[in-house]
Formats: sequence, C-alpha cells, structure tokens
Amino acid sequence: MRLKRPSIPYIAWMVVFTIIPIALILFYAFTDSSGSFSFEAFAKAFGYTNVFLKSLWIAFISTLICLIVAYPVGYFMSRQRKSVQNVLTMLFMIPMWMNFLLRIYAWMTLLQNGGPIDTMLSLLGIHTTLIGNQGAVILGMVYEYLPFMILPLYTVMAKIDTRLIEAAEDLGCNKLSVMRKVVFPLSIPGIISGVTMVFVPTASTFLVSQYLGGTDDLMIGDVIDKIFWSDHNTGSAIALVLMAAIFVFLIILNLFGDEEAIAA
Amino acid sequence: MKKFSKIYTGLILFFMYMPIVVLIAFSFNNGKTTVWKGFTLRWYTDLFRDSHIMNSLWNTLLIAILASVIATVLGTMAAIGINNFTGKKRLFVQNISNISILSPDIVTGVSLMLMFTLAGVAFHFQMGFWTVLLAHITLCAPFVVLSVLPRIRHMDYSTYEAALDLGCNQWQAFRKVVVFELMPGIFTGFLMSFTYSLDDFVITYFTRGASFQTLSIQIYTMTHQRISPKINALSALLFLAVIILMLIINIRDRKEEKKHGHQPG
Repeated sequence: MRLKRPSIPYIAWMVVFTIIPIALILFYAFTDSSGSFSFEAFAKAFGYTNVFLKSLWIAFISTLICLIVAYPVGYFMSRQRKSVQNVLTMLFMIPMWMNFLLRIYAWMTLLQNGGPIDTMLSLLGIHTTLIGNQGAVILGMVYEYLPFMILPLYTVMAKIDTRLIEAAEDLGCNKLSVMRKVVFPLSIPGIISGVTMVFVPTASTFLVSQYLGGTDDLMIGDVIDKIFWSDHNTGSAIALVLMAAIFVFLIILNLFGDEEAIAA
Repeated sequence: MKKFSKIYTGLILFFMYMPIVVLIAFSFNNGKTTVWKGFTLRWYTDLFRDSHIMNSLWNTLLIAILASVIATVLGTMAAIGINNFTGKKRLFVQNISNISILSPDIVTGVSLMLMFTLAGVAFHFQMGFWTVLLAHITLCAPFVVLSVLPRIRHMDYSTYEAALDLGCNQWQAFRKVVVFELMPGIFTGFLMSFTYSLDDFVITYFTRGASFQTLSIQIYTMTHQRISPKINALSALLFLAVIILMLIINIRDRKEEKKHGHQPG
C-alpha cells in the first residue's frame, strides 16, 4: 500500500496546466510582440501603477471591514449549541453558493437610481447617488466575500475549549481581557485563512468595479481583462506583478501568524 | 451582551439575504423596472422558452459533472500517492497544489488562455467545450487533494492488509477498504469541485473561445445589456436549487454523524 504511482497523473496534469501556463506568463512578460527579450511590457505596465495601488487599497479596506464585521459573528456562532451552529453555518453558506454575478447584480438593482433604497431615501428627503463610486465597490466586495471570512473564523473558534474561557474568568479576567488574552491568540489561524480567502479575490476581481463602480473606479483585474485580449505582453506583465504582490502579502501574513503563535 | 450578539448576527444575516430576497420579489413583478406593477409568472415562462439560457444551463451542468468527477478521481489518486512521498518530492507536489489554489482566478484564466491559444495554433483546434473542461479540472483537482489528504493520514493500513489476508485481491481491498474509509473526504472534495465549477465565471470567461456559453457567461452578457427581469427569475430558481442541495447535504451529514457517533469536522 506504499504506493506513489497513483499520484503521477495528477502531477503530470498540474505541470501541464499550472506550471507551463505560468511559465508562459513569465515568457510573455519579458518579451515584446516579436518574441525577443525586452522590458517593454513592464514599462507599459508601469503606467498602471495608480490603478494597481488603488486595487490593493480597496482589497485591504474590504478585507479589514470583513474581518471587523465577521469576528463577532464567528465568535457568537462558536459559542452556540451544536445544532444551532449547524443551522447558522448553513445560513451563511447559502448566499455564498448563489452565483457570484447574480449577487453583485442584486446590489446593482438595489442601489440604482430609482431603485428601492434610493426611493426610500428620497422619501426621507435625502437625494444622493448610491452607485458608481468607490463606496459601492467596497460594499459589493464586503457582501461577496463576508461568508469567506465568517466561516474560517467560526471553524477555528469552535475548537476553543469553553473551559479555557471560564478558567480565565475565574482567574479574574474581565470580558475584554478574556478576548484579548485567550480568544484572540487562539483565533489567529482563522484570521489568517479568512484574510487569505478574502484578500486574494478582492485584489484581483474584475467585475465588482465594472458593475458598482464609476468609470475611474476600475481595478487592476479590469485592466488585465481590457488589455489582455489585444496585448498579451503587457497583460502578462501586469498579471505577473499582481501574482507576485499577492504571494508576498501571503508570505508576510503567514510569518506574522507563526510569530504570534509562538509568542502565545 | 448575549442579546446584543443575537441582534448583531441577525442583522448580518439580514444584510446577506435582503438583496437576494429583493431580486426574487422582483421576479414576480409585472413590469420591467423596480416599481411594483402586480404579480406575474411571465418572466419564468420567458426563461424556460429562452433556448440560449437552457442551452447554457445544460453546458454548465455537463462541465460541472464531468470536471468534478474527473478531478475527484485524479485528486483522490494523487492524495494516496502524495501521502507516501517524503521530503523534497512531497514539498514539490504540495507546492504545485498551493500555487494553483492561491493564484488569483484571473491569473489562472489568462495563463491557460495563453497556453490554449498557442496549442490551438499548433494543433489546429479552437477554444470551447474541451478547453473549459480542462481548465475546470485544473481548478478543482487541488481541492480534492486537500480534502482527502487528512483522511488518509488517519487511516489504518492494517485494515487493508487484513482484507488481503482474508482473500481480497488488491483491487477489491482497495475498493472495499481504502475507498470506503476515504469516502467522506472524497465526497467533500467532489462537492467542492462541483460548486467551484458551477459558480466559476473568470476561468470560463478566458478559456471558452468565441461561442461556448455557460450560465455565468450568459448572466454576464445579460447583465451587461439592458436589465431583464428574466435574470431575477433565474436567480430565484438558482436560490431554490442551492437551498435544496444544502438540505440534502445536511441530512447526509446528520446520518453520517449518527452512524459514526460524534465526529469533529
């Protein structure tokens, strides 16, 4: 039963469909349209620095909001009876399984001029445009990815032994220091996987901004989508930089996690 | 404090469901705008008469079933093998899985498009059904490995050996002991694959070529043109499908828990 051979098809598959395509991105990023070595693609990609930084910023803010909003929910869920936990998990998974585009489309319907929220606000005498700005983009991101933050937080926090919390309380911790000294350190693995699951897609998405943002709210994913079809080289360079930025972010995030785990 | 947590969680659930409920409500609206004009079912009949949408639905299901079955077989076999690797080789296999899982969809999409375009020129084919299927298998297989591996680590090999001693041939022992033991992990992997494939837009978008349509692509096209309440009707039906699927899984989990007693995860 000490078999290694069954994994060969998978390894071969992943080399052909993951490693080779990424090697192609590398190749295109470092060549020009005639196929000779050049930094031209990166020079052109450099022109999108602002969009790039703004995308990372939007992703950062959206991830932070998700974390702040999701943390109490995850904790609350983890302290319920098992049957309540199951029901709540299901309730947070259902919207996650709705088609991604339909979920943004729902917000487009809600936020549009003359839509339900706009109408209600007008009745209250508030006249404002709800759609086509950065706020709407961030709202859309938070809505799309909130369950991806809640569920890993909940899963990790559900493993925290209630007796640890009780012990801390018995030993004189107030609610806040129980949170700070017991729950928070133990929930760090959940924070890390939640942040990963939200940050990676928000930094690279290319539709939320098209649906909910204005013309100057384009994100780096939209830029890749727009130019890749006609200019493989510049598109590859941007994709490469995006992937590198995300991997650097994940490495830093995981280092932070290891140190915290050791300190705790 | 308790009360506050309850209200807070309730509010978050309201935030998650309100947009979906509004969409479903408007699917029964006898008008094209978001102003209520009375009850109708005509968007549903329109939806079923729309051959493009029905065709995309069929394509989506076909791709999701094929991709998740193939990814499950590939991933389960891989997990069994990977468990017996050690040191650098093991690290290499784990890293290619991780790269694939952590790469943003858009990068996976464009990189596969580059390869399919070049291969298409070399071998005279065009992107379409097959390239989307290959891309989806690539998307799903690492998740199967991820969900089967922990099960293998906890598996007791002596049961496999016992089966051999009791007269099973290797294949029988594999099927009746190994596959049986790994089943919950395999099923989770399959389910994850199925939902990832079903929900995928980005990777399909880049690898579908000129004319192959899936439901996500169809929704993308529809929402980019004028707003049609048919989308609302479609949302309502998909929402219903998700709930039914969720209930089935939950019932299965309950049965499983009863069978094996209390089990974490």
